[in-house]
Amino acid sequence: MAAIAPTAQVRGTVELALRGSKRDLAGRVFQGALLLSLLLSLLILIVLLGTALSAAWPVVSTRLGDFVTSDVSRLPVRAGVRQGIVGSLILIGFVAVVAMPLGVAAAIYLQEYARDTRLNRLLTTNIRNLAAVPSIVYGILGLVVFVQALRAFTGPDTFGRSYISGGLTLSVLVLPIIILVTMEALRAVPKSVREAAYGVGATRWEVVRSHVLPYAAPGVFTGLILSMARAFGETAPLLLVGAVTGYLSTSSSATPLEVLQGKYTALPTQIYSWSRLAGEDWKANTAAAIVVLLVIILVVNFAAILLRNRYDRKW
Amino acid sequence: MVTATGGGPPSIATLRGSAKRRRKEGAVRGVLLAAAGISLVISVVIVLALLGQAVSFLSHVELSSLWSGQWSPRQGEFDIPTLFIGTIEVALIAMVIATPLGLGAAMYLSEYAGPKTRRRLKPILETLAGIPSVVLGYFALQVINPAIVQTLFATSSTFTIMAAGIGVGILTIPLVASVAEDAMYAVPGSLREAAYGIGARRRTVTTKVVFPAAVSGIMASLILGFSRAIGETMVVAIAAGATGSATRHLNPLEPGQTMTGAIASLAIGSDQVKSSTGLNAFDALYLVGLLLFAMTLGLNLLSERFVRRVRRDY
Repeated sequence: MAAIAPTAQVRGTVELALRGSKRDLAGRVFQGALLLSLLLSLLILIVLLGTALSAAWPVVSTRLGDFVTSDVSRLPVRAGVRQGIVGSLILIGFVAVVAMPLGVAAAIYLQEYARDTRLNRLLTTNIRNLAAVPSIVYGILGLVVFVQALRAFTGPDTFGRSYISGGLTLSVLVLPIIILVTMEALRAVPKSVREAAYGVGATRWEVVRSHVLPYAAPGVFTGLILSMARAFGETAPLLLVGAVTGYLSTSSSATPLEVLQGKYTALPTQIYSWSRLAGEDWKANTAAAIVVLLVIILVVNFAAILLRNRYDRKW
Repeated sequence: MVTATGGGPPSIATLRGSAKRRRKEGAVRGVLLAAAGISLVISVVIVLALLGQAVSFLSHVELSSLWSGQWSPRQGEFDIPTLFIGTIEVALIAMVIATPLGLGAAMYLSEYAGPKTRRRLKPILETLAGIPSVVLGYFALQVINPAIVQTLFATSSTFTIMAAGIGVGILTIPLVASVAEDAMYAVPGSLREAAYGIGARRRTVTTKVVFPAAVSGIMASLILGFSRAIGETMVVAIAAGATGSATRHLNPLEPGQTMTGAIASLAIGSDQVKSSTGLNAFDALYLVGLLLFAMTLGLNLLSERFVRRVRRDY
């Protein structure tokens, strides 16, 4: 049977009918506008980094090594962020020791053990709400509980304004976030993995420990790293639990407990207090401290994103 | 194997496993439940701490000073509307920025970008989400105010509510985008295919099919964004000129005070300042904190309701 070849005119008419009467200009403009709104965020990031770097240049180009190893000083040309970096690392240590195990354990319970009861639904809703509570409210919580009520433990000589108070406050702040990201990573592990383990007689904990957790590990770690980065940059709650915003002296002969019960500051807190000082020198110092903070946070964030993209698996 | 030796079906005791194994199982479950329960304790403590201290503050203060036209704790004036107006202004300006940029980015990622482009572009929003707010505050003060606010509007003020609002808006973009994208991504492909099948273009599918189908999730993203903007502290503390006192006004091109900013400045002010009336001005922060907590909690519960509606439909 010979096919009847359509004439050129017929083909043109059919194509036009399928494609529409004209090129979809409005559609293109719409798509462009959507892409632009995404790229504008990129532009903001670039401008932000560029501004910080150029404002910080007088410090970064002349005394960067000195800047990260010097203590706070009243003289802008001698001031550095060593105390802030050390302080932030100790605070993050608290989050790692307190909030991470608690958060992962809570997430395992809610995702793997909990049945759909009223209590468990209340727990999940409550955690979602806690994750959205403004960070400064956690600061007030820390002030009332850790600084005032538990003063004898958190810092008898520093009116409770100590590393312990700051670290515990940050731990409470990121706990709900850790629970939510861990639950999400656990949820991504398919049911069949669990059923295979139950099928050979594993108990619930054995299923979780040797089957679900290993598969969920990359997702859990990514979430944990991002939560730590979040805690590293938090400023507002620390203002309430007494991070020092001015000069801070450190004695070298303190025992570890004395250090933890002692006065403290953090990198973002230093940035805040410096941003309120007048003068070009302090402006450059503030920008340089911001560059240090951003480098730390961006490196950690990229590591987390790479980790996720590397081990992301499709089931 | 039990059956291979001809001993009949395994006994109940064999199937239940050893007592030791069951004890361990129970203990692990208990530990995990306790960890999950701590979150409830935290909530209760937050509410009790705020309520107790706020009530004690209210019992010491003259109620008329909560509506006196000026926020000036050291003079014993605690005008709540001053803070409320500033807070809402900042949050509204933030949403003017975050709504188009956040929803636009979400639509592009969900409807236009292929899997590969998506993986390349999404880190932009994730990186923006990781920028600490104290950095955005500095940026709002040093760049947004002189370069944008002062050139677009006739103002010479170093600190403006407008600049703080724009800074908060930038911080809110990633949250709006990610919640809205989740909602649009969850719209089933069959709806899109049905629309394409009758000849709809991508823009029509995005705006007339996917957007209406995901509208509750999109509402939830905007409510959550608003709640986040209300609770943002550092940008306001640095760029809005939040000092010890402020007068009630509506002009976003002047310095102003918000609820979060007031808490922060009370916290870093010289400790336990007594006001002229002998009242502990510092304690005002508990009342402001309680109001802030109540506002964000209400908004979060509202958004939760919208999110649940999406889940029910599909």
